[in-house]
Amino acid sequence: MSQDAAYTPYHPRWHRTRVSTWWWLGRGSYFLFILRELSSLAVAWFVAGLLLLIRAVSAGPAAYQQFLASARLPAVLGLNAIALAFVVLHAITWFNLAPQAMVVHVAGRRVPGWCIAASNYAALVVATAVIYGLLTLTW
Amino acid sequence: MPGRRPIEPLLWLLFSTGGVMSALFAPVLLFLFGIAFPLGWLTPPDHARLLLVFGHPLARLFILVVCSLSLFHWAHRFRYTLYDGLQIKHLNEAINAICYGGAVLGTLAAAYLAWTIP
Repeated sequence: MSQDAAYTPYHPRWHRTRVSTWWWLGRGSYFLFILRELSSLAVAWFVAGLLLLIRAVSAGPAAYQQFLASARLPAVLGLNAIALAFVVLHAITWFNLAPQAMVVHVAGRRVPGWCIAASNYAALVVATAVIYGLLTLTW
Repeated sequence: MPGRRPIEPLLWLLFSTGGVMSALFAPVLLFLFGIAFPLGWLTPPDHARLLLVFGHPLARLFILVVCSLSLFHWAHRFRYTLYDGLQIKHLNEAINAICYGGAVLGTLAAAYLAWTIP
């Protein structure tokens, strides 16, 4: 196979069995893989929502109240619930894969995978607690 | 390897740091502003408090970093979702322009919004 995969109109044809566009529906693990990959759309939705919130807060109390009111619309609530499920799936699959992606050595010995996963989950708990406290607790 | 683009490792680094950022912060923020506040489970913070929190220099930096890296995470992963899921790799130039271009535009928007919080 050529290294350069750029498309040309007269691309050489290799013998390949055709794979259906819906190949990922065939097996549970493939389906979960596609769900995990699709979680990136929920991440983009989260960023868009966060930026809209910041814009509303900068614009003043009335705009902020309007933002809160639009979050109560059933369609927005439904999309946010779906997005939340996807970002939780992203967080779980991401942290569970972290031991494979990060190889840490301490004093010449490899840190076991469960330690790396556990420290990632600990960071998630701390991050959640800090954001929750900054936004909801009275000080 | 011949034909490999030297920018690829940088894109992968952005993808992976963005993956960490969104995994750490997206669940709690989506839960609070998407579910708990609208449904009345928790009282949303008043406007003055949010101004105080968001206006802090560290919060502005946080907003820029989390939004930008999360968008580059989206761009990289969504690009491969389109390649593999829909098998449209022959459209790769258009896909790259939309994904990474969108992340760059989103970063500029985040920088502007973080900078202009009163």
